[in-house]
Amino acid sequence: MSIGHAPPDISPVAGSDPVEPSPAGDTADTSPALVPVTPSSARRRSVPRWARRTAGPLLLLALWQLASTFGALPADTLAPPSTIATAGARLIGDGTLPAAMGISLQRVAIGLLLGGTVGTALALLSGLSRLGEDLIDASVQMLRTVPWVGLIPLFIIWMGIGEAPKVALIALGTAFHLYLNVYAGIRGVDEQLIEAGGSLGLGRWGLVRHVVLPGALPGFMTGLRYSLATAWLALVFGESINADAGIGFLMNQAREFFRTDVIVVCLVVYAFLGLTADLVVRALERLLLQWRPTFTGQ
Amino acid sequence: MATDLHGTVIPRTAVRVRGLTRSFDGRPVIDGLDLALRAGEFTVLLGRSGCGKSTLLRILAGLDREIEGEVLVPERRAVAFQAPRLMPWKRVWRNVLLGLPGRPERERAERALAEVGLEHRVDAWPKTLSGGEAQRASLARALVREPDLLLLDEPFGALDALTRIKAQRLVAELWQRRGCAVLLVTHDVDEAVLLADRVLVMDEGRISCDVQVPLDRPRSAGDPGFADLRTRLLAELGVG
Repeated sequence: MSIGHAPPDISPVAGSDPVEPSPAGDTADTSPALVPVTPSSARRRSVPRWARRTAGPLLLLALWQLASTFGALPADTLAPPSTIATAGARLIGDGTLPAAMGISLQRVAIGLLLGGTVGTALALLSGLSRLGEDLIDASVQMLRTVPWVGLIPLFIIWMGIGEAPKVALIALGTAFHLYLNVYAGIRGVDEQLIEAGGSLGLGRWGLVRHVVLPGALPGFMTGLRYSLATAWLALVFGESINADAGIGFLMNQAREFFRTDVIVVCLVVYAFLGLTADLVVRALERLLLQWRPTFTGQ
Repeated sequence: MATDLHGTVIPRTAVRVRGLTRSFDGRPVIDGLDLALRAGEFTVLLGRSGCGKSTLLRILAGLDREIEGEVLVPERRAVAFQAPRLMPWKRVWRNVLLGLPGRPERERAERALAEVGLEHRVDAWPKTLSGGEAQRASLARALVREPDLLLLDEPFGALDALTRIKAQRLVAELWQRRGCAVLLVTHDVDEAVLLADRVLVMDEGRISCDVQVPLDRPRSAGDPGFADLRTRLLAELGVG
């Protein structure tokens, strides 16, 4: 920056027009090169969004198939996608896979319902009342730090090897996520909104119903997402011990016969179920949190 | 009209405060305050930040009850805060009706929103409103309660200069139509002279100055007498 002592020359140039300033002497040399600002509608319209999204996985699949075909990946290490597709078709055809999926889904649903109900109920008790917080929060925070996978032997001793320990494991894994997020959601509700609600004449229950619970809903949805992820994880753990049905059982059986194709089919099923659960939560969020404007990316 | 009422009826009292003290950690913010507001009068409470004016408003609203002394207020009173404080998870019309007893009709909210010029945003989500729109929605929410005392806590503080002028005019109009007592808390001297029947200046927890504003309405900053009053109030605030 330069500071001159002479006043700046602001005398109008004769014959200048407002859109196209005449290049007055030496200033023409210093004016920057101009580039057009392209409207966003004119940019990157060639490939539709869904095609771009599917391109990555498809490329990966093609690479895998090529590696298998040319012998870089032996079939007993990892079966090629074509074999896996055939195995998947056969497992669906003879009803093994649908039956296993049904049983696994049922375990997740019951476990999630149980864990979710307990976690949310405890969070409501300790989030809404100070007495509840004093009685519940310390215990939950303490139990939360115990790795739940480590409880499997204890669960087997307590509940045997039937459905109960598997469902209990899923419930345990999911309850803490919902507890923590719903509790944080309740305690994170803006004090100013609570005060405003009070000044509008809402009573204690009215405040809970119209201010606190809707305010805690984003926390609940976050907790639900975490819970679902943990539920699949707990399912894999639960089904890999002493299961006689379900996807985990199918996988264990395949391991004994070195059937990597069946193992991969089961993994794909896990991925597919996880994806479906995520879609359900997304739909729920769109429905319940439509008041929240969100950044959707560029 | 509220101004006409004064001539025909003996002015009733909308607020009576005697010997009010409010301390934070032993330090009095309001110290033995006496105050009476007349029904239907537009009172502006001026003061520097931290002088206790917002605390007084919160006490009158019933939001702060750790007080000593006597405070009498009408049962029907409403507050509009500096931030609109709309529940983001309720559409605008549901926000307006929130807390009303019984099952109020949607039409009631529509009427209140039309009064503040927001009839086209009845179904909007609060987070999609502009600053001025949100503040008007908050005003509609206060008015739908048909208050005898309307408490405004720097309601124009967060608005841009142009929106503020419009909002000030709107409040003046609404008050003249409704005829309720208004207590507006602000640190803006021009705003006080523009809107008030009576200006109170608060300093160190007491009313240090109590002025009636005799200017005709509608007022503008160019009116004779406006500048004099402005200078005087600025001097009272220690900025003269």
